[in-house]
Amino acid sequence: MKPAEQVTVLKINGDEVSAHADQTILDVARENGIEIPTLCYLENLTEVGGCRLCLVEIKGAAKLQPACVTRVREGMEVATHSSRLDTYRRKILELIFTERNHICSVCVANGNCDLQDMAAALGMDHVTYPYLNPSVPVDLSHELFGIDQNRCILCTRCVRVCAEIEGAHTWDVRNSGINSRVFTDFNEPWGESQTCTNCGKCVNVCPTGALFKKGKAVGERTRQIDFLPYLKTMREELK
Amino acid sequence: MTKTIMIDPVTRIEGHAKITIELDERGEVSDAHFHVTQVRGFEKLCEGRPFQEMPSLMARICGICPVSHLLASATACDALMAVRIPQTALFLRRVMNLAQIVQSHALSFFYLSSPDLLLGMDSNSAERNLIGVLQANPQLARDGIRLRQFGQQIIESLGGKRIHPGWIVPGGVSEPLDVKKRDAILAETPEMLEIAQRTLTWFKTVMSDYHEEIETFANFPSLYMGLVNDEGKLSYYSGKLRIADASGRILVDHHNPEEYSELIGEAVEPWSYLKSAYYIPYGYPEGIYRVGPLARLNVANGARTERADREWREFRQHGVVSSSFHYHYARLIEILYGIERIEQILSHPKILSKHVRADAKPNNFEGVGAAEAPRGTLFHHYKIDEHGLITWVNLIIATGQNNLAMNRGVLQAARRFVHGERIEEGALNRVEAVIRAFDPCLSCSTHAAGQMPLEIQLARADGVVVDRVMRG
Ligand code: SF4
Ligand code: FES
Repeated sequence: MKPAEQVTVLKINGDEVSAHADQTILDVARENGIEIPTLCYLENLTEVGGCRLCLVEIKGAAKLQPACVTRVREGMEVATHSSRLDTYRRKILELIFTERNHICSVCVANGNCDLQDMAAALGMDHVTYPYLNPSVPVDLSHELFGIDQNRCILCTRCVRVCAEIEGAHTWDVRNSGINSRVFTDFNEPWGESQTCTNCGKCVNVCPTGALFKKGKAVGERTRQIDFLPYLKTMREELK
Repeated sequence: MTKTIMIDPVTRIEGHAKITIELDERGEVSDAHFHVTQVRGFEKLCEGRPFQEMPSLMARICGICPVSHLLASATACDALMAVRIPQTALFLRRVMNLAQIVQSHALSFFYLSSPDLLLGMDSNSAERNLIGVLQANPQLARDGIRLRQFGQQIIESLGGKRIHPGWIVPGGVSEPLDVKKRDAILAETPEMLEIAQRTLTWFKTVMSDYHEEIETFANFPSLYMGLVNDEGKLSYYSGKLRIADASGRILVDHHNPEEYSELIGEAVEPWSYLKSAYYIPYGYPEGIYRVGPLARLNVANGARTERADREWREFRQHGVVSSSFHYHYARLIEILYGIERIEQILSHPKILSKHVRADAKPNNFEGVGAAEAPRGTLFHHYKIDEHGLITWVNLIIATGQNNLAMNRGVLQAARRFVHGERIEEGALNRVEAVIRAFDPCLSCSTHAAGQMPLEIQLARADGVVVDRVMRG
């Protein structure tokens, strides 16, 4: 691997752009004002490439690649938008919607939800796959916060912010595939967690209404994520 | 041989229904039933949800009176939190509820029933609609549209969204009222009062043409129930229950709505998904009672606004009014009251206070909320677990409480207007109009979604259907 200072030149949507060799396609695209849709990605948290919404086409590669975890290479030619990508992205959203029970009209995050916004932005106006209608629990045992698994899209932002920034690692994911669930500690109710510090970072980074402050009525949840870069810098200085 | 007439679905009511009329050997009407064929299910859906979500979830039961459900639901949530909401929040909730009553009554009276009243029960059904009214009496049609708009605009302006406003929340309301919005509403009230008064005057002149209907539209003694304030006057929110009998004698007064289940029982009949409510001390079906505009005016001892009080006195000059035909009359008086009261409340010095919401964790495991919906007293009753997740829900809806009376009313009208093995247009429309007088909201009372038209079947004693009319 080349040292980080090395400048790489690549093409995004036909335009030449320059980048550091350790940057991801997503980083470079955003630096150049090119928007790529993302859901699991959150600046200042480790990228996991989980939601696949940021898929892009790379010339010469048969498979689509997630822009949030794919590093740039010299001479790379990337397309961030095409009808094929639009279709895939809409399908991904449709699948997310079918996997749990997303009822926007009665959700605390209605009007302030990344999933809802994304569906609107990408023109996902109906769902063609059958809904799974799983029976998933709501846990209000925590004194301050609640989790409604019906709205969880398994982005793992909560898991990452808790482990990487707060340092508590209260959240994790258990099971696999459509049975995956986020959970706290050893899967006891959140209110009984020994590691949770009640900091509320998970609630602030959750893209949907899955994590929320208790006592909020429909459409009332608010989020505040400006703390992330500061805390990230502080953690790095500690190292 | 007996026969059955079915009216399925009744047109110009909210929701869907079927009426069957049974004939005896002589071809005379022997029995009639008003069926509701949708399945309930809303209660089940709420289980396991955080209680704070209930008002918005409940508002989805019905696109016609979401505000009533919001209000009853939020009130039940206040009870779960054990809070007394700030006074201004109470005022604002009241305004929203009255606006809902005005707009819903305007829909019922002008859009759905005025065609019958203006054009006649025997007029051509193709023209018996709001367009027909617009041609025959443009002012009446325009007045109806204006009044409905007035109510809707208040709801929209307070709630930010006309159909399902999320502004009424557990603990109060989510936003205080701003002065511009208040002034805009107050600027319109004089015109609205004039319209309401004008319509009442018109209604009183046409009333004399409907002697037969007044006689036979569910005109029988029954009990009546409604909320009243401390002085026993009309109250649409945060009042206490009063039940009066056919002679006006008060059987129950200042009963806490939270203890509704001491008074009201619910019976299930095989021919309908709609539960029939009855007054427990009198048993089923003797405990038949009515709710809604007629009942409210029958139980109250007056209105606390000037014009409505004057109208109320005239309405009640001969005592209790027992013909359900006069639901229409009562609705017009309530429109007038609603406008006057909105004006009164909005002029209160504390109406612009910013303190409009109380906050608390769940403190009670059980809570009841009641409100007068356009169609009658509405109860929401919830139970939650220690964390605030809903474990049980019961809703008592106006249309269920009027169910016994609607059935008896259909039978009464059928006996008078249906003869032989055919359903004549006029008879069909009169039987339907009985149901319409109650303005039942079926999608809400059976808690199902969607609309379905109506069918009337006329059947003989051996079950053979001899005539069948479809509407809608
Ligand atoms: S709870 Fe929220 S933040 Fe956590 S995985 Fe689910 S959607 Fe993502
Ligand atoms: S944003 Fe790249 S996979 Fe989710």
